[in-house]
Parts: sequence; structure tokens; C-alpha cells
Amino acid sequence: MCLAIPALVVELLPADMARIDLDGVRKDISLSLVEDVAVGDYVIVHVGYALQKLDPQEAAETLALFAELGKAA
Amino acid sequence: MKYVDEFRDGDLAKNIARKISLEANTNHTYRLMEFCGGHTHAISRYGIADLLPANVRMIHGPGCPVCVLPIGRVDQAIRLATEQGVILCTYADTMRVPASNDLTLMRARADGADVRMIYSTQDALKIARMNPEREVVFFAIGFETTTPPTAVAIRQAAAEGLKNFSILCNHVLTPAAMHAILNVAGGVKLDGFVGPAHVSTVIGSQPYEVFAGDYHKPVVIAGFEPLDVMQSILMLVRQINDGRAAVENEFTRAVTREGNRKAQALVGEVFELRETFEWRGLGTVPDSALRLRQKYTAFDAEQRFGVKYIPVSDNKACECGAILRGEKRPWECRIFGTVCTPQTPVGSCMVSSEGACAAHYTYGRFREEIQ
Amino acid sequence: MNTKKPIYVRPLDLKQGRVEMAHGAGGRAMAQLIDELFATAFDNPFLAQGNDGALLPPANGRLVLSCDAHVVSPLFFAGGDIGCLSVHGTLNDVAVMGAQPLYLAASFILEEGFPLADLKRIVESMAHAAREAGVPIVTGDTKVVERGKGDGVFITTTGVGVAREGITLSGDLARPGDKVLLSGTIGDHGMAIMSQREGLAFDAPIVSDTAALHGLVAAMLDCGADLHVLRDPTRGGLATTLNEIAQQSRAGISLTEAAIPVNPVVAAACEFLGLDPLYVANEGKLIAICAERDAERLLSVMHAHPLGGRAAIIGEVVEDAHGFVQMTTRLGGRRVVDWLTGEQLPRIC
Ligand code: SF4
Repeated sequence: MCLAIPALVVELLPADMARIDLDGVRKDISLSLVEDVAVGDYVIVHVGYALQKLDPQEAAETLALFAELGKAA
Repeated sequence: MKYVDEFRDGDLAKNIARKISLEANTNHTYRLMEFCGGHTHAISRYGIADLLPANVRMIHGPGCPVCVLPIGRVDQAIRLATEQGVILCTYADTMRVPASNDLTLMRARADGADVRMIYSTQDALKIARMNPEREVVFFAIGFETTTPPTAVAIRQAAAEGLKNFSILCNHVLTPAAMHAILNVAGGVKLDGFVGPAHVSTVIGSQPYEVFAGDYHKPVVIAGFEPLDVMQSILMLVRQINDGRAAVENEFTRAVTREGNRKAQALVGEVFELRETFEWRGLGTVPDSALRLRQKYTAFDAEQRFGVKYIPVSDNKACECGAILRGEKRPWECRIFGTVCTPQTPVGSCMVSSEGACAAHYTYGRFREEIQ
Repeated sequence: MNTKKPIYVRPLDLKQGRVEMAHGAGGRAMAQLIDELFATAFDNPFLAQGNDGALLPPANGRLVLSCDAHVVSPLFFAGGDIGCLSVHGTLNDVAVMGAQPLYLAASFILEEGFPLADLKRIVESMAHAAREAGVPIVTGDTKVVERGKGDGVFITTTGVGVAREGITLSGDLARPGDKVLLSGTIGDHGMAIMSQREGLAFDAPIVSDTAALHGLVAAMLDCGADLHVLRDPTRGGLATTLNEIAQQSRAGISLTEAAIPVNPVVAAACEFLGLDPLYVANEGKLIAICAERDAERLLSVMHAHPLGGRAAIIGEVVEDAHGFVQMTTRLGGRRVVDWLTGEQLPRIC
């Protein structure tokens, strides 16, 4: 497994770094593996690197699908 | 935690569980392999097995980089630290992996070796910069998820002319291991795969298409949260019921078909395929690992220090191979829970908490002992 | 009060000075350190006797004696330091025996070169914690080890208390049907320490929960609930302590994950490092196991105490010859909550 967690980008720092926040936990991570990250984005963080931007639209759709299953059952 | 807690909701879990029970055909046993240790972890930590009908059986795959790391590789790392006197930087996960002569990196450290736990490859670079008179080796392990951060570090070290930094490269490839599992002589009884989560954020969903096409095994890429896992199981059950085999993506919030092109390009620039690599539990698998490209060999600790890989065979009683292929379950191993426990792991499946045997020992034992 | 005439030429330099080998050698330097630092801070008539041991009045009841060695890195952390920790740790071990702690003894192992200013901070923090708890530090000892042979300061404390008449609490007294109560959130201390570890450093408003629990224990005993076991889940966390109780009592424990309080920021920090809060250390929490009929009453007593505001009933004792601790997860599944294997290490995979 590769432990990674979505966290909010709160500040862009020099040298391709960013400050992220996860419920009050803040850490500086590297953005060298991703592109076009802005403050307010959620990124998936693994060993101090953002691996991918999280797509909020898709997340909402997945959750909507789960909710839908409840109604149908 | 946004994008985490929503995917752990107990009520939604019950709905999905109900759907699975409703749709799973009682005449069929669904044998699904979750490749990743992350899925194994979610299944055991949240007790997902309890929510599944008895005929949906989860088989824990080899997807934990620590579990598949052969003893001989840990031996190499220990030799670097003890015989070559390097500062060995490692992710904490490898600290307790048993090596030859009853050693672990933890014990080597207790004996005076300079072993340092780091969280990120950036920390290893920092240690190298701060100790210019010492050799600093990073024990690079992991799947496609963990490789790009190593590639970044190598590029940075090259750009900075950091001469005292190198890596012991053990990066391995997920699709190669899936091939190995499916190619086992006599065939495996697997109906489908819960596909890797974070590995796929990097490589995308496309590399799994061959398993759906050539092997006719459905693959559903799933996130590591419990609802993701359950939803992917439902999607697999549906594919199997329909006689379909496709690559589907449950983890669309982070995985695309192409994956992370930038990370792939970096990895491609720094690494190339190794012809063969030994996996614990799976044996020698062709084209299943990476090594540094020619232009970066200066950063290859194996070459720089001449530490050869000496294979060490696993304990004969260990059934990890059969467990990884889904033929046996942990408690069918003779030494499970007696000789082999998380404190005294004998085989690879007991080494990390993500291993099939460790997960069963730690989280699931009551299933066969009480019921 | 310390009214002895000073016999030292120069007072200790508590700003710039450092611990020297002489401070543990039994000579004048040691006497000065004890006088000007320890005796001044701890200041009580027993210590002022100035003898090799403290002569104490007769105690009324069964004695409880507990001893705890304290090592912590970093020595200063959010919410406390090794000083107050060494007082709280031992007071709590005495308190969860159902006893009122009366006296403490403290022994220090100092590393040569350790800044006296830091030592002063630590000693004053101990004195403050002891005074707040109403338990004097009545005797002690100091040794110095060469530079490189210690980690700044190690403190061992011993506590003596008197057990409440008619009360016997023991890890082997949990009975099927009993309820398991927890006095508050878990993992705060361990994650406060972890957040400052080199290499892991992250910023988080996490504060150690280090606190003296004997006041809370007294309130719980006062209410007359039929208490069977009290324990403070320190190293190894809630999971490990419950496993100890289950094994001692030869019974199972069944937990409800959703009932176990965890601060969100602690949960987030654990998530980052791949840790499970069930296994993370606490320094100001207790587990109570009591007869089912008294559980609600005991809970309201805990709620009324400042250290029990987030107390909760988290599970119950069940018949189980294996002595497994099991948990119904938030998701509705079940799992075993096993002992901690080795030291808890952050994971990346
Ligand atoms: S219990 Fe241990 S020896 Fe047996 S299969 Fe599992 S890891 Fe191998």
C-alpha cells in the first residue's frame, strides 16, 4: 500500500513547495510531481510529495452514487 | 477530514453491503484479489469482511512493498550501514523487516549502525548536504507511487552535484506482479481484481487493460477508504454476473486513464527496467523492477559500494506463495500464530501489518477461533 | 523554608551554567545544586530535614508504592515537559490503584553539559505539578553521567499513597457484563511528542494531555460506584492497556469505535503518519471498568470533573477465553484490537 491522503493547499512556497493543511495539521510538501496547483486545491500527498490533484467534481459524483444506492435498496 | 470522512460513512456502507448481498449470486463464490496492502488494511481495519456475504471472498495480494522485499535486499542495506559505514536513510516501514542472522535495521542501529528514519526523500537529501564528509544512502523501496519522489531526489542530487548521495534501488512494478500471479502454473482461481489506488494515480488505469483483455479478469480501481473498497466489490460482482471483463475506475477523483504524465516522464528519465527482480512470495519476476539509467549510475549504491545481492531462501514451512495466489488462507499455514507472529515474522506475509498473515493475525483472528 | 547560611562563594549560574561531573560527585558542588535548585523549588519540611531519607508520619491504611522512570525526547513539548510528566506519571500510577498519593521521591540522572537553565525549568515544572497535586517531593537523588552517555535528563519518581478503605482495584477483576469507561480523548500526548520529532516535524495545535488524575479518581471513588479496574493507558495506548486487562481477567473486551473520543487534529496527524490513535500514548487519561448498573452514574461523575469532560462508555467486558479485545468499527464491521507490536513507527506503506 502507499499511504497517501488528500490535503488542502493553503500556501504556495518557493522552490516548488507548498504548505498543506489536514484538519489543522500543517506540513510543507513538494509540488514537483504535479502541475497547475493553486491555493484551495486538494492534492493527494505521499511521502512529502503531491502525487495528483483531487478532482472535487468526481468526488461529489462518487458520493452521489453511494447515496443513490441507498435509495434504490 | 474532507474527502476522507465521507468515504467512511457507516450508513452508506450498509447500503452498499446490502446491494452486494442482493446482487451476489448465491451459486457462485466470488474470489476477488485486492492487490494493494492499502485495501487489505482498509478491509481489516474497518472489518469489511463482516459486511460481505460469505460467497464473496477477498484474497489479499502482494501489494505491500515491504512484504515483497526479499531478505537479501534488506541484508544489502544492513551491510551498507555496518560494513561501509554509510548513513542509511530509510522509510520507517523497513526498520523491523527480518534479515539474515536475526538482524533488522532496528537491531543494526542498536549495534551502532547509523540508520535514520526519514519521511521524505527531501530529508535524505538534507542529511547528505549536512554531512558532506559521510556517504548517505537512501534505501529506496516501493511501487510506482513511491518511485517518482526518488526520481526527483536523484535529479536534484545530480543538479546540485551532491557527490555523497546514492540509493539502493528496490522500486518495483505493479502490473508485472499481477502478470506473475495470473501466470502461475496450473492457473489461479481469481475472478477479478480490486485495482491499486495510489499506484494508479501515477500510472493511470490504462496499464490494467491487458488483464481485462488478455486474461479476461475484471479490474476495478478503487480508493483506499472503506466505501471505495466496498463500491469496487459491488462493481466487480456486477461485471462477473454479466460475464464482462473491463477496467473500471471507482477512484475517479484521483485516477485518470493516462495517470500523472509529469511523474511518469520523470521516472522514465531516471530509471529503466531491470530484466529480473526477485519478489518475496512470488519468486523471480521478469521486467518487474527498475534500476537507475546509465547516466545516473553514479547514484547507484550497489555499484558504488559493490554490495552484491545474495538471495536467501524463505523458510520451507512458509505458505506465502500459495496465500498470495489465493490458494491458501493464513491459518492453513502450519506455523501461523505459533512460530510466525507479527513479533517474530517468518514469512513475507507477516512482515508488515499489510501482509495477509499479519492482517489476519492482528485484526481477524477471532473469525476462525471464536466462530 | 531554607534558612541555612549559604556556604558557596558564588551562586549557581542558572542562566549560562551547565551540569558538570562535580554536580553529582557528592561534594560541595552537588550540595549547592541541591540547595539552590532542588530544595528551593520543592521546598517542604520533609526535604528540609536534609537527611538521606525522609522521615514520614504513620500512614492510615494499606500503602501503595509505585515507581516510574521517565525518558522523553524532546524534553519540552507542547503542553508540558519531562518535569511535570514525571510527577503526573507516578501520581497516576498510585491513583489508579484506588489510592490517595501522599509523597513523591525523585531521582535525576543528568548528562554532563546539560544547560542549568533547562534543568531549572524542568525542576520548577516538577515543583509546580507537585504543588498543584498537593503531594510534596520529600526526598531525591542526583547523579551525573559523562557527556554522550545520557539524553539530557532522565527522571525516576516514586510515589507512596494510601489505598481507600474497602477498595480493591486490580487488572484481574473485570467481569463479563462490566462496562468500560474512558475519561477523555486518546492520543494527544503521543502525537504532541511525535509532531516535534526530527524528520517528521509538522505544525499542529496538539497539546499533551499530561495531568494528575488522583482528583478525578477520588471523585469516582466517592460516588460509591462498584469499580473493578482503573488503569492509565500510557505507552502502547488504549489498545495495549485493554489487552493487559483482558489477559489478566481472562475475559474479552468489546469496544465501539464510534464511542472512543479522538481530537480531530490528533486523528488527522495519525492519518498522515499511518498511525492508529488506539496505540498512541496518553498521560492524563484513565480507563475504568465498573459494574454495569453503576456505569451511567460513574460517567456523570466523570463528566462533572474538569479532567473527565469528554468521558465516554466505550465498551463492555464479555466472555471470551481467548481474552481478545474486539471492536465494532465505525463502518459496522468487527475487528480484533491486538497488542502493539514493537514500537509504533510511522508508515509510508
Ligand atoms: S504465517 Fe508466516 S510462515 Fe506462514 S504463510 Fe504466513 S508469513 Fe508465511
